[in-house]
Amino acid sequence: MTDAIFRVIQAGPLITVQDSGRPNLMRYGVPNSGAMDRQSLAIANAVLGNTAHSPAIEVSVAGLSLECIAGTVTLALVGGGFRIQAGDQSLGSWNRITVHKGDRITIKPGPWGSWTYLAFAGHLEAASWLGSVATHSQSGFGGGKIATGDQITIKGAEAREELVGEIPFPISARARHDLRIVLGPQDRFFSGQVLHSLVTEPFRLTDSYDRMGVRLRGPALKPDGALSIPSEAILRGSIQVSGDGTATVLLSDHQTTGGYPKIATLIEGDIDSFCQLRPRDEVRFSVIAPKTAIAVARSRAKAMGDYFNRLRQRIGN
Amino acid sequence: MNAPLFRVVADHALLVEFGETISDAAHAEVLKLDHALKNAPFTGFREAIPAYVNILVDFDPLLTDHDTAETHLRALMLIPDTAQHQSRVHNVAVCYEAPFAQDLAAVAAKTGLTEEAVVNAHLAGSYKVYLYGFAPGYAYLAGTPPALQLPRKPSPVRGVEAGSVIIAGPQCLITTLTMPTGWWVIGRSPIQILTGRPDHPFLFDVGDQIRFQRISLADYETAKGAPI
Repeated sequence: MTDAIFRVIQAGPLITVQDSGRPNLMRYGVPNSGAMDRQSLAIANAVLGNTAHSPAIEVSVAGLSLECIAGTVTLALVGGGFRIQAGDQSLGSWNRITVHKGDRITIKPGPWGSWTYLAFAGHLEAASWLGSVATHSQSGFGGGKIATGDQITIKGAEAREELVGEIPFPISARARHDLRIVLGPQDRFFSGQVLHSLVTEPFRLTDSYDRMGVRLRGPALKPDGALSIPSEAILRGSIQVSGDGTATVLLSDHQTTGGYPKIATLIEGDIDSFCQLRPRDEVRFSVIAPKTAIAVARSRAKAMGDYFNRLRQRIGN
Repeated sequence: MNAPLFRVVADHALLVEFGETISDAAHAEVLKLDHALKNAPFTGFREAIPAYVNILVDFDPLLTDHDTAETHLRALMLIPDTAQHQSRVHNVAVCYEAPFAQDLAAVAAKTGLTEEAVVNAHLAGSYKVYLYGFAPGYAYLAGTPPALQLPRKPSPVRGVEAGSVIIAGPQCLITTLTMPTGWWVIGRSPIQILTGRPDHPFLFDVGDQIRFQRISLADYETAKGAPI
């Protein structure tokens, strides 16, 4: 086993090193960060036999080009419907390939999806902060942004020829336009008419979309009165409404507290699929009861547990 | 104390609320529950995020649910708070001199005080960490004396350096990152809130008391240059 080294030929914005994140530090102002689509990152690592917390590169629709300048390594590209060009091969994401010294790989957006994950059979070297290499975009703490000219080192790189090929696509990895929410914690500040609009009218994602969150366009969700509440905790998936009635869904690098009311919160299991939507995609919200939301979380965990078990059997881990 | 309200958040959290407006009484209840939960977490508990009037309690929906979490939290609140949790006191050095006190003159003008009186009033405040928010290590220290309470600037100023001591309304904050802010910059502290120590990465805990101490520019430079 030797190292594989890549040179970054071209990297657009919002391409960072991520892992499963930095949990349990929100009380210190630190969000979890980590992959926008956590499930796809977990699959990218699992199909190479890596642990779930292993680092990978989160690639945005801006695209990424790398050249392997040393070594040989098998890699996986998982998440969304992206394209990867490697030598004369052109494949979709949900594939594993082996690259050798001199090979160039180019990742570009395909028909759908906002994020895809490039994981390696080996250990991607990256700076760690508080136990995680996940990049916190505002501070740059963690593994950091991937920029043109950078060098990326994979320690203990392995060629796993037996793994090369397609990765089964779980239905839950699709982008999701119908999103399940639980009302609150400040739904009481909105009129019945506004709450009705929230679940009957469509919203669209706007271009104001980064790792902190995405602003929506749709019916104005004006709170009753000019409202500002004492700052309180915000979560990934919170639907925060500003004074003019604009909704923003908070995502991986969200601020940990804020003073805008939250009309509702996405259920945890729908956030990965929400993140795979693109600006101008339409979404609709449906309210479910907290008990139903818990039942959904448990059945999804069971389905994904089965999926991961099948993956492990295939790769003989 | 009013009966707390339990508000459901998604499929994995409860917001326990002790009031709707900022008060010491509400924050004391937040701290009490935070400490009780730290000592006696329930199965599936992930994390608690204390704020001014409420505390968010996050849990793993595969291991517990809102009702079970609420039952546990209600039981915790019934236990008398015998062990007074120690809130630590931190002495925090601040240099109020140029080039760090870029808004001191403006604060003096707006409050009708001399610059010296602004500094003395700031030093005389009694500060407590109410919550962290905005960015890693941003501890909101309420306690700025009424004489210094100003609304935010109309628009944020970019590139305010890490370590800046900034005020707005009753709040005071020592920044940890170079970021834009609309608050008033009155000094700079050499303190490292992000300690870089894996066993204790954040200098303050929510509930801790802060006392500011004035240092000269020379002392600031020495403190910054000194190994930690």
